[in-house]
Amino acid sequence: MSVGTPRGLASSGQKPITEIPHPLSAAEESLSPGPDVSISSGGDKDLELTNGTLVENSSPASASSTSTSALLSRLQVEDNFEADAADLYATTETRDLFVTVDDPKKHVSTMETYITYRVSTKTTRIEFDLPEYSVRRRYQDFDWLRVKLEETQPTNLIPPLPEKFVMKGVVDRFSEEFVETRMKALDKFLKRVADHPVLSFNPHLNAFLTAKDLNKRQGLALLTKMGESVKHVAGGYKLRARPPEFNAMGEYLDTFSQKLGTIDRIAQRILREQSEYLTELREYASVYSSWAGSEEELQRPLEGVAGCVTTCCGALEDLSENMSQDFLPVLREYVLYTETMKNVLRKRDQSQAEYEGRLEAAVLRKQEDRTPMPLEVEKCQDKMECFNADLKADWERWQCNKRQDFKQLLIGMADKNINYYEKCQTAWESLVTVLQDKQTEDKTRKRPTRQQISTAELCSCSPVGQIEGGV
Amino acid sequence: MMAENGKDEAAASDGESADGTSSSLTVERDSNLLRRMEICVAEAEKRSGKNAIGMQETFTVYLIETRPADAAAEGRAQPPDSVWRRYSEFELLRAYLILTYPFFVAPPLPEKRAEFVWHKLSADNMDPDFVERRRIGLENFLLRVASHPGLSNDKILYRFLTEEPCWKEAVYETGFQDKADSRLRAFGATFRVRSPQKCFIDMKQYSEELQSHTSQLLRARARVADRVYAVYKVHGNYGRVFSEWSGVEKVMGDGLQSAGHHMDSYAASIDEILEEEEHYADQLKEYLCYAEALRAVCRKHELTQFELETASQDLITKKQQRDELATGMVRTFSFKGVTNKLFGQEAPEQREARLTMLDELIAEAEDSVRVKTAEREEHVQKAWADILRFKEEKDKDLREALLSYAAMQINMCKKGIQVWSNTRESFLKM
Repeated sequence: MSVGTPRGLASSGQKPITEIPHPLSAAEESLSPGPDVSISSGGDKDLELTNGTLVENSSPASASSTSTSALLSRLQVEDNFEADAADLYATTETRDLFVTVDDPKKHVSTMETYITYRVSTKTTRIEFDLPEYSVRRRYQDFDWLRVKLEETQPTNLIPPLPEKFVMKGVVDRFSEEFVETRMKALDKFLKRVADHPVLSFNPHLNAFLTAKDLNKRQGLALLTKMGESVKHVAGGYKLRARPPEFNAMGEYLDTFSQKLGTIDRIAQRILREQSEYLTELREYASVYSSWAGSEEELQRPLEGVAGCVTTCCGALEDLSENMSQDFLPVLREYVLYTETMKNVLRKRDQSQAEYEGRLEAAVLRKQEDRTPMPLEVEKCQDKMECFNADLKADWERWQCNKRQDFKQLLIGMADKNINYYEKCQTAWESLVTVLQDKQTEDKTRKRPTRQQISTAELCSCSPVGQIEGGV
Repeated sequence: MMAENGKDEAAASDGESADGTSSSLTVERDSNLLRRMEICVAEAEKRSGKNAIGMQETFTVYLIETRPADAAAEGRAQPPDSVWRRYSEFELLRAYLILTYPFFVAPPLPEKRAEFVWHKLSADNMDPDFVERRRIGLENFLLRVASHPGLSNDKILYRFLTEEPCWKEAVYETGFQDKADSRLRAFGATFRVRSPQKCFIDMKQYSEELQSHTSQLLRARARVADRVYAVYKVHGNYGRVFSEWSGVEKVMGDGLQSAGHHMDSYAASIDEILEEEEHYADQLKEYLCYAEALRAVCRKHELTQFELETASQDLITKKQQRDELATGMVRTFSFKGVTNKLFGQEAPEQREARLTMLDELIAEAEDSVRVKTAEREEHVQKAWADILRFKEEKDKDLREALLSYAAMQINMCKKGIQVWSNTRESFLKM
């Protein structure tokens, strides 16, 4: 069930942090190879990483000319995902921040019950005091981080979080599946932030990853001094004309989110139909079974068919469950992501509107009193141009990630279906073998011919009670 | 499957009829019609005509072609004889065979009306798929009858296959309808028979179970078909949405577009898959019908047994009456006894007359018992032999049916893997 695992980072998986070698520590020593990495026979020149299965070139931190990147570039990349030629960050950055979300635990207190997750960090950045961190965070904390990022980086696209509220009674907040799904989404969120060239340096992220006890109020007091918060202008200025490139983005997002919604509906409908299909299949299997009970020669074949149908039931159940757990959540997350993107576009529009508004006012004033262009207008222009640049960069990254994510998602869907049919085919093929064996067995077996059956032997039983009468 | 080749059936039955001679079974050599003649139901056609009450109706007729077996063997290109028959004539033939040979398990006809229909399947008798499947079913019927050691020699059957006009009149002339047992009598026999053979009772029980299981299975299969149809068709929606989506994508467009096409073909593939499955359903329906026929044979045994018991009882009673009359000892109740008591004994001449009459009645009763015994014996022998034959045929046919069903499922899986692999390839290109 690793379809949803973001491929941006080597995941430390479920092992405790102390056991996992630092991905970059391979530069120092030669490591014993992991299960899916091959060793070249060159000694310690050709060092491989143990858990480097999926280092994706589409993320900002990939091959560059340093020794680390040379190392990374020798990693065995999974065949399915070719290097992305349109990768923008290929030559500029090294990945030096790795985060993972895992190990969910339930906390019960008098006031409430909630789940916390372990957030593990490994880094070489100087912004961090230590090379490794391990803290526990709950959903609220992730939400805090997201809000802070949106506030402090309004021109950037902040990745989405899974839904905050779940209807009690409808979804079990503490069921394994729910927690698992949510955890994967949180992991993805954090990895996207950590991958982002700007967001990953945000001090709030730092606090989130490192503070033992994330005291939000304290963090807030400390960090409001740092950095400049670009205030979000709420209304007041009307945008006249959106540049065509951003228009295109807007239109694309509208269509895209619409299609996503449709795909979600289709997937859900399929799950419903499959559930009904499963119900009928089970009944179908039981009819074969009960028929087998009244047959002699046919008992084994009928039981065989019942068994086959039951196996297919199991395979169908697996398919539905996998789709429900892996496919739907990722789809929904992209709906959220799209909404977030739309919001950023709107903010950009407002920044442009503000600039144009102020500019117009200043021009009018200039015409009247010959004063130079006020500073605010220049600042606004800067802001807007910054916003535009950031947005364009984020857009490209988003498109790239979206392509990879959907490729993975859809291939996963195809794989699940192929797997389902393979299981069923195997079951039926083995039944055919059994049935055919029986056939050849019967043909060679010697059977008593009719002439050996006399009237007396026709019925080996005698009638109950004799008939009297002078016959 | 019996539909494929009449000759194969002949070859298969050869072995059986060769072993079938025995002193206790009245089976003649070369009784198998199919050895002497090729039979097939070649075509179906629509006709219009006036029915029994003068109304215009449309119906389907089926072409029966026959050819002497040795002609084909010798390579003589002889055109076949042909007869057109409609379904109701087949029904008439079967009814005749059932009444004339009540100890044989009558081979089944395809269903009169489409039953156990899953929602997309047409319940219309004029639907070409239905007609085609009926054609196969009718051919199976003829092949089974013509290879049955007991039935295949029947003259009416022969005329059905070779002679178009006047066949119906000939059937009615046999007076076969008179042999029909009164429903009430047959029903009563089941409860009142005292000593039927246990094996027939058990077999009757089995036939009821077979009927129940096959009909349950047919119903469940139809429901499953409905559901799987829905699952496949909903996937067609993916086709549309992928296509629409591909319109706004630059890089991903081609991959999405072709994936959409594959989803469309996935959705379309279920129609053919389910149509093929109807053949399996037809095989099950044959045995649903066969189970009914088997039950009828067992009930006929109950009836012949019951009639024998009744006749024997009647004989006993009459003999007792005669004894009493002769000896003067009244043991049984009779009105004569009562009136004798009340009004005095009758005159010796009257007594003589009554004795004579009773003797005649006793002779008749003895005849009746002989006849009934013979009937019962004939039925028991022939029916049980045929039941054994039926059992073998059923085991073989149903196992083949299950095998072909499994093959259909494997085919369905292979197609599914193919489509999804193609889809996956498309996704890879995204």
